[in-house]
Amino acid sequence: MSETDNTSSQSQASGDVTIQMRGVHKWYGQFHVLKDINLEVTRGERIVICGPSGSGKSTMIRCINRLEEHQKGQIIVDGTELTDDVKHIDQVRKEVGMVFQHFNLFPHLTVLENCCLAPIWVRKMPRKEAEAAAMLYLEKVKIPEQAKKYPGQLSGGQQQRVAIARSLCMNPNVMLFDEPTSALDPEMIKEVLDTMIELAESGMTMLCVTHEMGFAKTVADRVIFMDGGEIIEENEPHEFFNNPQSDRTQLFLSQILQH
Amino acid sequence: MADEKRTVSEPAKPALWRRPAVRSVFFQILLVAGIVYFGNTIFQNTLNNLEQRGISTGFGFLDQEAGFGILMTLLPFDETHTYGRTFLVGLLNTLLVAGLGIFFATLIGFVMGVARLSRNWIISRLATIYIEIFRNIPLLLQILFWYFAVLRPLPGPRQSLILNDTFYLSNRGLYMPSPVYEQGFWLVMVALGIATVASILIARWAHKRQEATGQQFHTVITVIGLVIGLPLLAFLVMGMPLSWDFPVLQRFNMAGGMVIIPELAALLVALSIYTGAFIAEAVRSGILAVSHGQTEAAHALGLRPGSTLRLVVIPQALRVIIPQLTSQYLNLTKNSSLATAIGYPDLVAVFAGTTLNQTGQAVEVIAMTMAVYLAISLSISMFMNWYNKRIQLVER
Repeated sequence: MSETDNTSSQSQASGDVTIQMRGVHKWYGQFHVLKDINLEVTRGERIVICGPSGSGKSTMIRCINRLEEHQKGQIIVDGTELTDDVKHIDQVRKEVGMVFQHFNLFPHLTVLENCCLAPIWVRKMPRKEAEAAAMLYLEKVKIPEQAKKYPGQLSGGQQQRVAIARSLCMNPNVMLFDEPTSALDPEMIKEVLDTMIELAESGMTMLCVTHEMGFAKTVADRVIFMDGGEIIEENEPHEFFNNPQSDRTQLFLSQILQH
Repeated sequence: MADEKRTVSEPAKPALWRRPAVRSVFFQILLVAGIVYFGNTIFQNTLNNLEQRGISTGFGFLDQEAGFGILMTLLPFDETHTYGRTFLVGLLNTLLVAGLGIFFATLIGFVMGVARLSRNWIISRLATIYIEIFRNIPLLLQILFWYFAVLRPLPGPRQSLILNDTFYLSNRGLYMPSPVYEQGFWLVMVALGIATVASILIARWAHKRQEATGQQFHTVITVIGLVIGLPLLAFLVMGMPLSWDFPVLQRFNMAGGMVIIPELAALLVALSIYTGAFIAEAVRSGILAVSHGQTEAAHALGLRPGSTLRLVVIPQALRVIIPQLTSQYLNLTKNSSLATAIGYPDLVAVFAGTTLNQTGQAVEVIAMTMAVYLAISLSISMFMNWYNKRIQLVER
């Protein structure tokens, strides 16, 4: 009991800040992947993270739900600090949803079962209730008619929308997107982006690693540019694209906006 | 002229012997004829040989008196029983060791396979050492090791290691009390039956309630309580209608009680440990075949590592594991015929050994024995294929 009291009082103390990263460092062996990351995300904020490959952007958001461990610094999500404590990790993962580049749907379960698995086993929801909720979210991502199919029977775009619905079924406060459109055919990118834009408009706190600059311009409150494991620049999108401050940002933007 | 004609009509048919279909039929006929000739030659040859030696063919010998004893029998057996009975006794002994072996090998295999992938350094190293040692030593050697190096050197019956005057461990085996059911014990069995049925109903009800309300029910504890408690109650009510037949040390040997003979123990341990090592590798490869993204997705959804393994990884890994598991089960069953090396009375030792020696009915005995192994193996194979298909269907 004292655990939960503690948590709620902490979250009140930190006010509207959902995610705090303070001086976060991470190494893969000798390789320094994240260098002194400082980031604060307020509730409802939409953040796009971009940068060249290997710049540590995926690693950074994967630290937020502890798919990766950081070795130095502090990460606090909704008032819960991520440490070795399994209870804290469980707490954070319940509140943070994630969408992966390769969807990672469970191929042995139907779309509906994919969506219900975590609510039933983690939130201990009755199956009927979980299924009803799942159908709502599947309608939100516009594929309720596929509920009884297996992931292998769907197109890439449909699979990614199921993955988004699956995360939403846990009722998360924060959604992380790790290059959600990079593995899709061009004509399917739009349907996924549309889903994400709708989600953003509903007020969800979102962190997206993506190279879809159009998406960044329409929905992001803030764009973060990373290179070599550091946050080089962060700004609101209009300024970021029209008036980049650092040379590296300029170079990166000129490379990806050329076409 | 000919060219023009070819362009408008069907292509001209080549000569008979240059058509692939005709050729293939011709060679197939040739092959079948060859096999029939070969089989017939062997059959005639055998008949001639048997006739020359004056051995009568047929299965009449199965009704003759065997005249030898068997070390361990699941059916009542003594020297006056028939050769047919030796077949049954051997078959049951083979099924016993194969069934138990499959059970223990699967248990060891799954635990060790998961353990080898453990993040705990010591656990994974121990599992690796186990697998690499027992997978790479010939099975026959392992059977001989457990029998001659571990169990035979135990003290003789008179110097048995005794626990509480109930368990006697010696080189004759592990002797323990056997239950004697007295009048009124039937009520205990009835109580056990009722408890089992009630448990199934409760489990169903709990599952339904979980689906409907999300409330979890302590099914396991309740079921354990029922299955133990109810028969215990009946047992006490009926005035404890059960006594034990204790093994007693006699002049040279033990009498009474039950015994696990060292031959069975050695064979079972060797088979389980040897096959378990292979199953562990199959389990490991199956788990590794499931992409890491699946684990990450499950973790990101908040599932604990245990639930992730049970709900996400193992169901997918099974598709890879099952075919390998099938062939390991078949191997274990067939390898159980090595029993003959340490004198465990399995089908090969009793029937294809002693019975064959005494009757000389080589063709019949060997044919029957081979048919039995074939039948067991095909049954296992059919069951596993059915199971495999069932879990494949869930996939798509």
